[in-house]
Amino acid sequence: MVDSITVNGTTHPMPDDPRVSLLDFLRQHIGLTGTKKGCDHGQCGACTVMVNGTRINSCLTLAAMHDGDSVTTIEGLGTPDEPSALQRAFLEHDGFQCGYCTPGQICSATAMLEELAADWPSDASENLEGRVAISGEEIRERMSGNLCRCGAYANIVAAIEEVAAGDRL
Amino acid sequence: MRPFQYTRAPSLAEASHLIAGKDALAIAGGTNLLDLMKLQVETPGRLADINRLGFAEIEDTDDGGLRLGALATNTETAVHPRVRADYPVLSRAILAGATQQLRNKATNGGNLCQRTRCFYFTNIDQPCNKREPGSGCGAIEGIAKLHAILGTSDQCIATYPGDLAVALSALGATVEISGDKGERSVPVRDFHCLPGDTPWIENVLKPGEIITGIVLPAPVGGTQIYRKVRERSSYAFALVSIAAVIELTDGKFSRADLAFGGLAHKPWHDQRVGDALLGQPPSDTLFDKAADILLEDARGFGENDFKIPLTRRTLRAVLTQATEDAA
Repeated sequence: MVDSITVNGTTHPMPDDPRVSLLDFLRQHIGLTGTKKGCDHGQCGACTVMVNGTRINSCLTLAAMHDGDSVTTIEGLGTPDEPSALQRAFLEHDGFQCGYCTPGQICSATAMLEELAADWPSDASENLEGRVAISGEEIRERMSGNLCRCGAYANIVAAIEEVAAGDRL
Repeated sequence: MRPFQYTRAPSLAEASHLIAGKDALAIAGGTNLLDLMKLQVETPGRLADINRLGFAEIEDTDDGGLRLGALATNTETAVHPRVRADYPVLSRAILAGATQQLRNKATNGGNLCQRTRCFYFTNIDQPCNKREPGSGCGAIEGIAKLHAILGTSDQCIATYPGDLAVALSALGATVEISGDKGERSVPVRDFHCLPGDTPWIENVLKPGEIITGIVLPAPVGGTQIYRKVRERSSYAFALVSIAAVIELTDGKFSRADLAFGGLAHKPWHDQRVGDALLGQPPSDTLFDKAADILLEDARGFGENDFKIPLTRRTLRAVLTQATEDAA
């Protein structure tokens, strides 16, 4: 049995060099360049992907540590013809300027909506238990691991808030 | 990153054996270690992946406490129903640290072992007695805003950067450790070391030893507060943080378990501070007296002089809030 990682439903063999980060594996070994390398130190969030449904920084983990795991990248979230709700909202709200941080923002926000649905509290939550009240402050705190150097934050928050509010209906 | 040999440890015993060697390290979440390996602050020749060893459960203990598996993630711990209900200061401390992406990957055991964010430690072109014994300390007369004011030495003024361990210290938790000589338990308050003449020794783990769990005693209730003062409101290390478990009975402090982050090479716990509060009614004079005891031996290094008054004010704010919440 060869070690492997499943990315967006397709299974790939593990790289030979254990130094390969999950990020470099995605971009350079299997050609999925949607996930971006910003700082490569877990500070900017451009490399955010979901591993088994949970968002992480793909730059701060080795591909070798993910044998058998299932990774979802921006390429697995929607298509130009059928964007996901968040992808559509980012377009409608102009939630980007240069676009470099956008795949990480959207992967991060996609997982964040699941965390909200599960009522995970954040540092901004008034209570640790019960329903989390969706607010700009909540979204900013929960998205603080994704930097946007163009400063499109106001529109990013608006896009996410609209989808989060829609999920509650 | 320097080349290394990667091994997925098949058992705890094998993992202990693998990392007992001089040039080997264990990797769990890896969020701190891989960062340091990219900076070549850490250059292990062998890496033992301990992620598949189990001990990721969070489970009740026989005496009503809670055992946090060392490989449970920070997020799994912060959102666990019992942690939220019975140990809210722990949830709050975890949620006040890092980002959701990092907390989702970082483990409890790894968090206890995370390294200082001292700029001189993380920059291999700078002197650092912790990274390169004998090379000197760049921070003592350099950039020292984040640095320690308590328990420093002339070798090192770095701080322990974590939040989780500060809450664990206030809660009186215990670290469970496994090694080739068997298992042992160490109170969190005794797990980390002061720098002294050996700043490269940061905790009591011996070669080959691995943290397997953290045990929280049965819940004590009370008002639980984690207050973190930092330079921006999210994703920043503490300048000062305080974990507090406070109870008032008949208008007087009947419990005052306090631990402090951002002040020292370890989560700071000084029994005398809480003891000074016990049996006394809350007042600003009393809070100042507690701060006097805490800061008796505090020493600033220029850029971090502000931490001394900041700690005093933060302690007063936490005790005031606890008093109001308890009323």
